[in-house]
Amino acid sequence: MIGVSATACGSSEAPSSSSANSVTITVACRPAKSAPKERQAWNADVAEFMKAHPGVTVKSTDQQPCFDPKTFGPKLAGGQMETVFVVPVTNYDDVIAQGQALDVTPYTSTIKNWNDLRPDVRELVTKDGKVYGVPNVHYSVGLVYNRALFTKAGLDPNTPPKTWAEVREAAKKIAALGPGFVGYGEYSGGNTGGWHFTQAIYGRGGAILTPDNKKAAFNSPEGKAVLQNLHDMRWVDNSMGSKLLVGWESLMMAMGSGKVGMMLGAPDVVTDVVNKFKGNVADYGITGFPEAKASLSGGEAYMINPKATPEQAKAGMAWIDFRFNTVGKGRFDFARGKANGNPVGVPDNDVYGDSPTGKAIQADRVKNASLPVTNYEPYVQAAATIPPKAEPVHAQELYAILDVVMSGVLSRKDANIDQLLADAETKTNTMLAAKG
Amino acid sequence: MVRRNLTAYGFLCAALFCFTVFAWYPMVREFILSFQKTDLINPPTWVGLDNFKAAVQDPAFGEAWLNTVEFTVLALLCGYAVPFVVALVLNELRHARAYLRFVVYLPVMLPPIVAVLLFQWFYDPGPGLFNQILGFFHLPPLAWLDSSSTALISLVLVSTWMNMGSATLIYLAALQNIPPELYEAAELDGAGILKRVRHVTIPQTRLILLLMLMLQIVATMQVFIEPYMLTGGGPENATVSVAYLMYQFAFSQMNYGQAGALGMLLMLALLVFAAVQLRTTREDKP
Repeated sequence: MIGVSATACGSSEAPSSSSANSVTITVACRPAKSAPKERQAWNADVAEFMKAHPGVTVKSTDQQPCFDPKTFGPKLAGGQMETVFVVPVTNYDDVIAQGQALDVTPYTSTIKNWNDLRPDVRELVTKDGKVYGVPNVHYSVGLVYNRALFTKAGLDPNTPPKTWAEVREAAKKIAALGPGFVGYGEYSGGNTGGWHFTQAIYGRGGAILTPDNKKAAFNSPEGKAVLQNLHDMRWVDNSMGSKLLVGWESLMMAMGSGKVGMMLGAPDVVTDVVNKFKGNVADYGITGFPEAKASLSGGEAYMINPKATPEQAKAGMAWIDFRFNTVGKGRFDFARGKANGNPVGVPDNDVYGDSPTGKAIQADRVKNASLPVTNYEPYVQAAATIPPKAEPVHAQELYAILDVVMSGVLSRKDANIDQLLADAETKTNTMLAAKG
Repeated sequence: MVRRNLTAYGFLCAALFCFTVFAWYPMVREFILSFQKTDLINPPTWVGLDNFKAAVQDPAFGEAWLNTVEFTVLALLCGYAVPFVVALVLNELRHARAYLRFVVYLPVMLPPIVAVLLFQWFYDPGPGLFNQILGFFHLPPLAWLDSSSTALISLVLVSTWMNMGSATLIYLAALQNIPPELYEAAELDGAGILKRVRHVTIPQTRLILLLMLMLQIVATMQVFIEPYMLTGGGPENATVSVAYLMYQFAFSQMNYGQAGALGMLLMLALLVFAAVQLRTTREDKP
């Protein structure tokens, strides 16, 4: 049994439970009412968890998306942050450095498959030997493509591009289908442009910062190659459309419209395009990151509110273990997902790698697949061979600076790539010097 | 005395309470925050002027201020003069005035987010309305939001369209307060429409014109929703405003102290301007 009496997490109010043996935790990410089957499954999991852990009361919050940067700070400040909340990998460093997540090192044994989690993924939530979260999702970048458009453009969807030259050729053919067709889509603002520049330069073997994190390293042949390729696709080939796809939502909407041929992205792009932007699941596939030498890590982790009592922390970790880290249970209950009509089969999570847990999850996913898993096979094979690379420090500040170079080449035919990179380099070095 | 005006004091207290809780306290809190480093969990630490230094040293700081000033000047050119002219025309109309007043005010009733999304479609470089219109006149299409040379003015047009109705109605109310005898006297003296505007309308509405100038400058310098929704600050930082940069500091970088410091700098700039403006207005009083 877990716990003794505890206060409502993140709040300075009086204890929420009067019983000496009870503990109440709040947990983030309950599916919205607009997804009744997923919500029902969540509620069933909560009930099952509470039955298995007498004395623990679980209260779910509905905020979607689970992590919203606009409300993260205010919720913390107002004592409204859940006991268990989710953080995307881009924000790990900030959240950990600012003391906004509890050191859960003493509780990692609660996660029964802890040692099967990929070591490099665990490393991302570890600072100075202390663990601050339980990795929940991990993926690397690939090339998401629309198989239906490939067929329409006379390309073979079963032999997707492996090099950037092939991407460029395929993009030209797709754009040639007519007005409104975009061969290759790319971000340009709201920090997503900088984020994808980082993905692309990592893929070419480049870096954003020097190893000591003191200077910019993107003004390099790899950085120039990324920008030159984009510039040429946009202005020489006219294969990127005439509209800047500013942020995440604009590119997802474009992908969902079925008129964009390719983009850099992880398999979760397919899930989002299908679930949120009405894309046809059978149309999409994902293949390996072209010519990739490394891939930017993506994903998220569950963390515990630093104001949680030890009892709440234990109960929160037990919930994370039950709901998110148990083969065949919670989010890994693929049979239930298939019965509920969810798109099961997208390899959107590699948090367990090829460990016994990972193999069991993968086998179960394939067994219950509700979509053509072969569409994702090239990605699965390629991703296993590409080394992951972590986000640079001060990622969001860097992405804001790098948005400028991305939007520069995508909005200006006469863009001076050397100048754009040199300006961004100066800004980055100034920013890094100011940060000390 | 107090007992006689109890109801009035009741209303006053309610208003003071609301201002204190929802306006003044947050301002004081932000002022304090701008001198602190905080994670919103642990007790904040005092860092002196570090947040201000960091805000000023941010690579986008200068661009944000330049863009904001440019936006304000352009917004004033469009959003200050145009509603006044529209109000003048509406005031002169004898027929359908109520209907046209409604039509002019209609965009204000549209939620800003809807108006912004509407313009997103107008500006679409492909099937967008504006390029269709240009095409009709055999003019080349414009990149609108997708070029650093046109993005800012595109945002100004959205802003002007959204806010014109309110400004027009305020001007119209001021125009309708001008005693008709003044116009009659001017007409008897042989003044044409331009002379009537110059010698009667403008002097009679001078105070409201100055007030609106100040209000519009204060409002436009805080431009946020247009760059946030339409351009993400781009392309090439051409539409990063001070308020958008504050948002980036707070919610992308989670640096609330630095965001607070930038907010204080913006408030300081607006206070200086407002003080000058108020002084000018006071001196204009008879």
